[in-house]
Amino acid sequence: MLGWELPPHNSGGLGVACYHLCKALARKDIDIEFILPYTAEHNIDFMRINAAHPQDVQTVLKAGIAYDSFKYVKHSGEVESIDLFGQTAIYEEAAARIAGQTEFDVIHAHDWLTCRAALRAQEVSGKPLVVHLHSIEADRAGKAFGGNPFVRDIEELAVHMADRVIAVSEHTKQGIIREYGVPADKIEVVHNSLNIDDMQPLDDDNAYKYIAAMKAQGYRVVVNVGRLTVQKGVPNLIKAAQHVVARHPKTLFLIVGSGEQDFELIEQAASLGIAKNVIFTGFLRGKRWRDAFAIADLYVMPSISEPFGITPLEAIGYGTPALISKQSGVSEVLHNFLRVDFWDVNEMANQITAVMENDSLRDELQTNAYRELQRLSWANSADKLINIYDQQRSGVYA
Amino acid sequence: MSKAIVLYMHVHQPYRVRHYTIFDAGKTHDYFDAPYDDRTSNERIVHKVAEKSYLPTNTRLLELLRDHPEFKLSLSITGTVLEQLEKWSPEALRSFQELTATGRVEIVAETYHHSLAFFYSREEFEAQVAMHREKVQELFGQTPQVFRNTELAYNNDLAYWADKAGYKGILAEGWDKVLGWRSPNFVYRPAYTDNIRLLMKNYKLSDDIAFRFGDQNWSEWPLTADKFSHWLNNTGDATNFNLFMDYETFGEHQWSETGIFDFLKHLPDQWLKTPGNSFMTVSEVIDSNEAKDVVDVPQTITWADTERDLSAWLGNGMQTSAITALYDMQTDILNTGDLGLIDDWRKLQTSDHFYYMCTKWFNDGDIHAYFSPYENPYDAFIAFMNAYHDMKFRLAEKGVTV
Repeated sequence: MLGWELPPHNSGGLGVACYHLCKALARKDIDIEFILPYTAEHNIDFMRINAAHPQDVQTVLKAGIAYDSFKYVKHSGEVESIDLFGQTAIYEEAAARIAGQTEFDVIHAHDWLTCRAALRAQEVSGKPLVVHLHSIEADRAGKAFGGNPFVRDIEELAVHMADRVIAVSEHTKQGIIREYGVPADKIEVVHNSLNIDDMQPLDDDNAYKYIAAMKAQGYRVVVNVGRLTVQKGVPNLIKAAQHVVARHPKTLFLIVGSGEQDFELIEQAASLGIAKNVIFTGFLRGKRWRDAFAIADLYVMPSISEPFGITPLEAIGYGTPALISKQSGVSEVLHNFLRVDFWDVNEMANQITAVMENDSLRDELQTNAYRELQRLSWANSADKLINIYDQQRSGVYA
Repeated sequence: MSKAIVLYMHVHQPYRVRHYTIFDAGKTHDYFDAPYDDRTSNERIVHKVAEKSYLPTNTRLLELLRDHPEFKLSLSITGTVLEQLEKWSPEALRSFQELTATGRVEIVAETYHHSLAFFYSREEFEAQVAMHREKVQELFGQTPQVFRNTELAYNNDLAYWADKAGYKGILAEGWDKVLGWRSPNFVYRPAYTDNIRLLMKNYKLSDDIAFRFGDQNWSEWPLTADKFSHWLNNTGDATNFNLFMDYETFGEHQWSETGIFDFLKHLPDQWLKTPGNSFMTVSEVIDSNEAKDVVDVPQTITWADTERDLSAWLGNGMQTSAITALYDMQTDILNTGDLGLIDDWRKLQTSDHFYYMCTKWFNDGDIHAYFSPYENPYDAFIAFMNAYHDMKFRLAEKGVTV
């Protein structure tokens, strides 16, 4: 399996999805060799993890949290920084070498970053290739037919060369058809999921003392967790926040995450006169990350185009119902969401205000959503993948 | 032994709340005026239902009444649908008036606004029953003698009230848990009452028509008037078969293509072939039969869902907080004497609003979903509460502290 990241060294949902999928597959006796572009300790025992790097390199370090550069520490002690495209090229060479030396049945590659490597591995080994897209370039750019043309080229080649394509949602499948003209029956939807029992439990002591005190004063809290990038549509949430605060001044917006829109969003909140109501925490992990979900009354995911979007499920798992944009794949797996078009700022504000003013709406939504969430399982996603692997090995489509 | 079919149909349309946002509240008060092409457009729905159901069904019913002097039926028609027909489909209203003009169609009493006021405000409930009586007198020249409460919601208290109010009969669901070993096919007397009689819906026979008729997977499909009459004739001990259903069964819930209109057309022919068989209105069947037994209903029963209770309207926190908030305004609203404000407040009492907020249907099959113009119950709640906020705004404008 070719992947770009795994927790705890992940920048977002991709690494989390890969981790859980592999874990569920391993529980069903699938033997996985996971090839990463960097060296690190993961504390994972259910599969082999292998760093793909040149032979003269001792360690590869990720320099940043997002799609940033990598540092190569050579045996000689020399350090070299390499950008993302350079890194995919190195990863490709190393993956091809590993493919030539290893016994396996299927190549399963996650997202465009591993696609060049996947195609080389396919060429070297002659084994079937399954390309699994967790997002496509048009989603990341927030615009149909948009994005980086080099990335688009890689994605397009990969989905055409692959023996089978997996999309994380019907939303993404339609995107692949639209952007790259792949026949619909070549693409299988395997939704991401969430195992409620695997979630790290909350403790009694929420990290957000200030917010808890404000809630006791009658405040209600909206949270968003995610990278602050164009795709995530947070500026529309801030615009909606202005309307909500005008109606319901005792509202706090907790924005968790970082990205290229950091400063822009802070400035936006200030210029709309709601700086006091919008709290930026930066990128968080662990307890603070979990407690952000738990302290809120409503989770909002305003993404412009979200291939799946697992955070609303995590929010529900931690007790907070969600408002999601209709342009998101996660809306295919649960009924009990509030839904809004990402561009409809007034409607977003309308729905947020309603939750801020009516605890009964929040509670009813959460109760029903949680009931649905309990039925989700990564094991179901793994079953679909195993079926696809079997088809590829046998050539028979059952 | 003589047996009567007691056909009773319920005609109702609510004033649906449009997609009314928090930004509309305090600006416009047009909660019920959706654009024509919107799913919540009351005008469009009335046009559609009139065309698909009211007009064709009334045409057939009128033919039946003309062709069979023995054919009779009872109708309840809410004030909210009568108003809407007056505005948007006068021809459908006329067709109902032509039915009652035959003298063989009885109108049943209820609340004007199809509300659950009985459970929240006795004063308001009585006001709405009186409003409905006046409307029926004005449009149909009748004074209703038999009472039905919204959603057939019924208990001993209601029967006691209706008895004291002078009604000769009251309608309820023939729910097994209440009837026990007894059959719904007789006239009963409610516990703790003197003069009033109770008619209980034979839900099995009623639902064969209302729900199962067009279902090709049903073992009895296709249901013919011949077969149906045969079932009734073969039911040994019985005086009356209470077939209670939504009027929209004909043409709307069961489309014309299912053959429902042919069934209706042939039912009198087949049923009246057997000597002693008849059709009766609700008053007639009460006048013609002694009470068989006393029925005690301490809990509230309705004609909805498998639970036969009010949980489809008041089963979750959104529903109860919305309806409680609404009735909490009563004194302030009535004290203003502002007829427009009072009218809007009453329109918001219609039970359908709370039904749209029901979350059971995500698990409970799609029967509720079919009847909701909203994408989900949360949207229904949000629109309703925003209208409620605007009502408060209007009160505040009049100097009322809210």
